[in-house]
Amino acid sequence: MTGTILEVRDLAISLCDGHAPVAAVEGVNFNIGRGEVFGLVGESGCGKSLCALALAGLLKSPMAISGGQILLEGRDLAPLPASEMRRLRGNKVSMIFQEPMTALNPLMTVGDQIGEMFVLHRGLTARAARVKAIEALEQVQVSSPERRIHAYPHQLSGGMRQRVMIAIALACDPALLIADEPTTALDVTIQAEIVELVLELCRAKGTAVMMISHDLGLVARICNRVAVMYAGQIVEQRSAEEIFTASAHPYTRGLIEALPRLGRRLERGQERLTEIGGVVPAIRDFPQGCRFAPRCSRVTAECRAAPVAMTELNEGGRVRCLHHV
Amino acid sequence: MLNVLLRRLLQAALTVLVVVTLVFLLFSVIPGTYASSLQADKRDVSAEVLERIETELGLNDPLPQRFGRYMAGLAQGDLGTSYATKRPVADMLAGRIWASFRLACAAILFAVCIGLPLGFFAAMRQGSWLDTATMTLAVSGLSIPAFWAGLVLMYLFSLKLHWLPTFGYGSGGLSHLILPAITLGIAPMALLARTTRAAVLETLNSDFIRTARSKGMSERRLVLRHLARNAFVLVLTTIGLQFGSMLGGSVVIEKLFAWPGVGSLLIDSVGLRDIPAVQGAILVIVLFFLLINTLVDLAYLVVDPRIRYR
Repeated sequence: MTGTILEVRDLAISLCDGHAPVAAVEGVNFNIGRGEVFGLVGESGCGKSLCALALAGLLKSPMAISGGQILLEGRDLAPLPASEMRRLRGNKVSMIFQEPMTALNPLMTVGDQIGEMFVLHRGLTARAARVKAIEALEQVQVSSPERRIHAYPHQLSGGMRQRVMIAIALACDPALLIADEPTTALDVTIQAEIVELVLELCRAKGTAVMMISHDLGLVARICNRVAVMYAGQIVEQRSAEEIFTASAHPYTRGLIEALPRLGRRLERGQERLTEIGGVVPAIRDFPQGCRFAPRCSRVTAECRAAPVAMTELNEGGRVRCLHHV
Repeated sequence: MLNVLLRRLLQAALTVLVVVTLVFLLFSVIPGTYASSLQADKRDVSAEVLERIETELGLNDPLPQRFGRYMAGLAQGDLGTSYATKRPVADMLAGRIWASFRLACAAILFAVCIGLPLGFFAAMRQGSWLDTATMTLAVSGLSIPAFWAGLVLMYLFSLKLHWLPTFGYGSGGLSHLILPAITLGIAPMALLARTTRAAVLETLNSDFIRTARSKGMSERRLVLRHLARNAFVLVLTTIGLQFGSMLGGSVVIEKLFAWPGVGSLLIDSVGLRDIPAVQGAILVIVLFFLLINTLVDLAYLVVDPRIRYR
């Protein structure tokens, strides 16, 4: 792992729907090293998918980048014109999505959909692209790929389709793969297979992975470093080992407590699984001070007074909390 | 493929049987016969003559017998003989089917060529003035009665501008076809514009379009290779239904433009209680609808691979 492939500085994403813009994501800072596996964790609506779409230049109106920089190999993507961004997308930065059932074009053979990447970014002819598509399918361990390229998405299982998505995303050996909850919609038995496949291929190609998930366990297991997002901000960033053993933010602690573990309920005599009380505030209702304050057990008047900045921890990592553990 | 086709044909045959039976029964139930319509015409016809006409036409036979006779004839391709003209109904229809078919094709062509692009561009520029204008036009097109639109077009392009003939079939040239075709095509055009807009918007929001974007392709390629075909699949049914119902829908328009088609024959024959001609005309309209729908189903087999192997 030498050097940084992606550096995100003070990224802000706002809802611009004609009224005053409202920041849905702000002050997001992180970097990803070459070939690193970086995890971004948070519950639904915390802004992690928005970050992913912003990195790939895929934000749709009314959402737009309203500040900060996205430096890919030192070059800022935020101000790039659409045509420049297109050349990078799929080529340098590619994405896989949550829903393999609907993410593929139902009227095109998977061979054409994979081959399209070589036509777009390598200037190959359709015939040459087909040969490359067979190779790509072989890489994602699809059996008899020369037959499968003629299949339409509806003829494949969910796991198969996600393999096809992976083949598309990694076709052009990108520097960064953004995986937005790639296993959420799959059977539990397939999930591990797909994750292993992604990691293995990316290791071979030297591709860095940004793994977005709400599954803290998964992320901690496969990633080098993990960032936890809450209500549009990163609240804690640690190495993957530490996130379980030494998490500092009350929200992260809450998430870990909430993970179901065999026998714990009995041990503690609980009726229900542990949960974090309250709900995530809506974008327009973000609190003035610490955004987690309304749900936090360690909250003081100070927390509510003003926005809380990230502080460096002595043992490495950063946390956005005045009373961190 | 062959299996699908066979099943379709069987369904169509059944539909025809049901329709023919219903139409026959309907015209046996409603009051008035060909003879009574002659009397209503204020012609001086004596009761004996009427009685003789009814007997000659077999109208006094019991219903099952008449139905049996009609069905037996139909099975041999005999649509019966018109009471009014004494000519075989099949011969009367033959010349008119072509006229109606030409009109329907021209109308659907107009509807598709204007409606599809309008809906497409409205969706691509959602919320713009073009979108608003198109949707206003579409709602108007659906609300305006076709015969009124026809009259306005006639007034404008024939009486005022003298660009096109007012009505009639002429010698079968294009100039006589234009006004009735546009009149007939307005409502389907409006409907298609709306359906297309909705289809394109739905497709634009689908996950695979996001995937296509993430691949880094130009908007042009995105639209041509990923959007257009998927959106078209959603619109195809509407096109088929509109086209299929056009012969039935053109009845009023044909009358308005004195178009010698199946529709105007139907109206004239209903007035005369010329039951064989009415039944023949309805049969043609139904067959046309079934034919178009079957063709659309077959078209789906070609356009949408998800249907191919079912």
